[in-house]
Amino acid sequence: MNVTISIDGINIEVTDSTTILEAALQVGIKIPTLCFMKDLHKEGICRICLVEVAGRPALMPSCVLYATEGMKIITDSPVIRRVRKTTLELILSNHVKDCLNCERSTNCELQELANRFGVDSWRFDEQIENRTIDDTSYSIVRDSGKCILCRRCISACSEMQSVNSIGIISRGSHSMVTSGLDSLADSVCVNCGQCAAVCPVNAIYEKDEIGFVEKALSDPDKFVVVQTAPAIRAALGETQGLPPGTCVTGKMVSALKIMGFKAIFDTNFTADLTILEEGTELLQRLEKAIQFKDPSVKLPMFTSCSPGWVKFLEHNYPDYTDNLSTAKSPQQMMGTIIKTYYSEKKGIPPEKIVVVSIMPCTAKKFEARRPEMTSSGFQDVDFVLTTRQLGKMLDKRGVDFINLPDSSFDDPLGRSTGAADIFASSGGVMEAALRTVYELVTGRELPAEKLHVNGLMDIHGIREVSLTFENCLERYTWLNGVTAIVGAASGLGNARKVMEKIISGEKSYHFIEFMACPGGCISGGGQPRLTDDIVRMKRFNAIKKEDEGKKLRKSHENPSVMDLYTAYLGSPCSDKAHHLLHTHYTKRGLL
Amino acid sequence: MHYINPITIAKQCTCQNQTDIEKFEKLGEILSMYKDEPGSLINSLYVAQTIFGYLPDKVIKFVASRLNEPVIKVFGVATFYSYFSRFPRGKYTIKVCLGTACYVRGGKTLLEKVKKELGISIGETTPDGLYTLEIVRCVGACALAPVVVVNNDTHRRVKSNQIPEILQSYISEVSNEN
Ligand code: SF4
Ligand code: SF4
Ligand code: SF4
Ligand code: FES
Ligand code: FES
Repeated sequence: MNVTISIDGINIEVTDSTTILEAALQVGIKIPTLCFMKDLHKEGICRICLVEVAGRPALMPSCVLYATEGMKIITDSPVIRRVRKTTLELILSNHVKDCLNCERSTNCELQELANRFGVDSWRFDEQIENRTIDDTSYSIVRDSGKCILCRRCISACSEMQSVNSIGIISRGSHSMVTSGLDSLADSVCVNCGQCAAVCPVNAIYEKDEIGFVEKALSDPDKFVVVQTAPAIRAALGETQGLPPGTCVTGKMVSALKIMGFKAIFDTNFTADLTILEEGTELLQRLEKAIQFKDPSVKLPMFTSCSPGWVKFLEHNYPDYTDNLSTAKSPQQMMGTIIKTYYSEKKGIPPEKIVVVSIMPCTAKKFEARRPEMTSSGFQDVDFVLTTRQLGKMLDKRGVDFINLPDSSFDDPLGRSTGAADIFASSGGVMEAALRTVYELVTGRELPAEKLHVNGLMDIHGIREVSLTFENCLERYTWLNGVTAIVGAASGLGNARKVMEKIISGEKSYHFIEFMACPGGCISGGGQPRLTDDIVRMKRFNAIKKEDEGKKLRKSHENPSVMDLYTAYLGSPCSDKAHHLLHTHYTKRGLL
Repeated sequence: MHYINPITIAKQCTCQNQTDIEKFEKLGEILSMYKDEPGSLINSLYVAQTIFGYLPDKVIKFVASRLNEPVIKVFGVATFYSYFSRFPRGKYTIKVCLGTACYVRGGKTLLEKVKKELGISIGETTPDGLYTLEIVRCVGACALAPVVVVNNDTHRRVKSNQIPEILQSYISEVSNEN
């Protein structure tokens, strides 16, 4: 139903499901908010967004106040300003105010509001009880001394991700966000970092490894190489003041050179490699199931490149770990290949090599430290920085990013195809796999306009497409007439929905791509804050453009990957490839 | 399933002298009756606390897994109600009031004094198992603020130099019992 209301004297017609906060935006007024977060969290906790409603004695929080006919709203007055300031002072009396050496300074919603409302004195005694900093996890740090109890993180963890690892314990001034257990590391947390991505202050953030990387870079005995994930190029620019959706591949490589990395490799290379391993594994499973009717084969096969998804499955659906592709993620394949193939080729002993990854993802920090990720004989990936952390390092190093010229990745692990770029978006891994598998099996190119499978790549929800194989090559005649059903889901809440449907038998698939973060790695937990659907879509389009601009757009066309097979690994899923590029999983269960 | 009164179960319980394994068995048995019953979380925690005397983390995790609830949800409930305790409780629970009236008249100083005398902080129990320290928000005796409540005794208009005396009186009580 439509209603007419007035906001600061301006009349506007809106539906009655519109909040005053949203209605105000339509007349050009941005009411300040702190706990509110679009599409995620609307609980009216912090009361910064208070407005006056004619006829009501108390100020009302506009983020949870819905328009009713004839409502008259005032969004700014001396009283409102004073109350907002007092609210901020109260919040700050429970807050460790060390902005000068706080990671979030200049990028902090609380600091920004305090500045804006001129909070200049501390009227209330500081009350910080039992500050606890939980840094037990490899990925996520929790600092209760900075927490303003807005609960955005809880909405991200329970509603968006359905992980339910963190929540509020105790009451009143003792309330605290925690996993309940002594340490986050022992909880069902999957390290996705979506909590850290939405926290308005420095109360949840990713583990800092910048110091280790800087130390390695200045150690003359170390040969420090770096790899950058597909999603970094579409977001790093935002840390340097460029608008979302600016692709900065070339500048990023130049910047990494300035910072002193000896070789700059592209995780895209191993994304292509992943497609060959995972695609081959899929065909092996399908052949066993369809041709030899082997009942022990686990289908559907699940992708394994998102470490948040992998841990989620290990905890929540431990009976399904055998459905995961055994192929390692591109990050881990790159670490292994650098410390074996590249090390031998260059004559640099692996113990001298330090592999740094730049990832959009906080869970990659955990993945790098999984005990099984040592097939080179060493920890395959040494340090993982998020996009945000690389941004910090660029600032610290004084790189004039915007004015840098473009450079290219180094050989031989820097070459990639467009199929690797789209690993960054939900549905992209599946599309890349289809481009290769279809051609491998039929000898013909995937019949899709611009090689994009209709309805597969998207930033939202759960998708499903089917593909029928006909006129297959000699070796694959058993696939003739088979219709493969594949799916893609991003966000663990969606992943849970798909899993429940598989378990209940409502749905059956051959192959499904899962990504822990909503929209895929483009909105990973380590990407620049704050990611909403508009930003997500811009990064998504930037990635798509990057793919479409490449001459080679299918993983099996990557000449460097083919060289790697000829010179070193033999063929996809060979014994050597299995030893180096595949892994196993742990049935964790719930606690 | 018909309603199982947790208090009846608790009354029948003779668990004080059982081993941990026996206690978990007993709790498991009762939880299997509570499963799927609405509101069973609070009842389950009540029974668990009766059996174990308090709610150690492993018991909270056990309840969560048996009721198929997220661990954090069970922690949330177990820490929301002051009836539940995550730590073993002492013979005497000292509650220092920090409600507005008591706060204004020196409740905070009393709290610091008790902390110092007993060497424990809020929520903790002395190693001899005698005292557990807690804070409360107003016990309705504002006119006599600041107040300190020890089990059922309300001490009124307490001054911080009286704290050692008050604590001592309970120690004497214990030694008289022996
Ligand atoms: S979280 Fe924000 S307000 Fe708090 S210390 Fe850091 S920068 Fe300052
Ligand atoms: S990292 Fe992900 S799973 Fe872990 S607490 Fe944060 S949102 Fe929850
Ligand atoms: S950790 Fe951050 S997001 Fe979570 S409640 Fe505290 S301030 Fe809010
Ligand atoms: S933003 Fe509306 S109450 Fe916090
Ligand atoms: S404030 Fe202490 S009794 Fe009311």
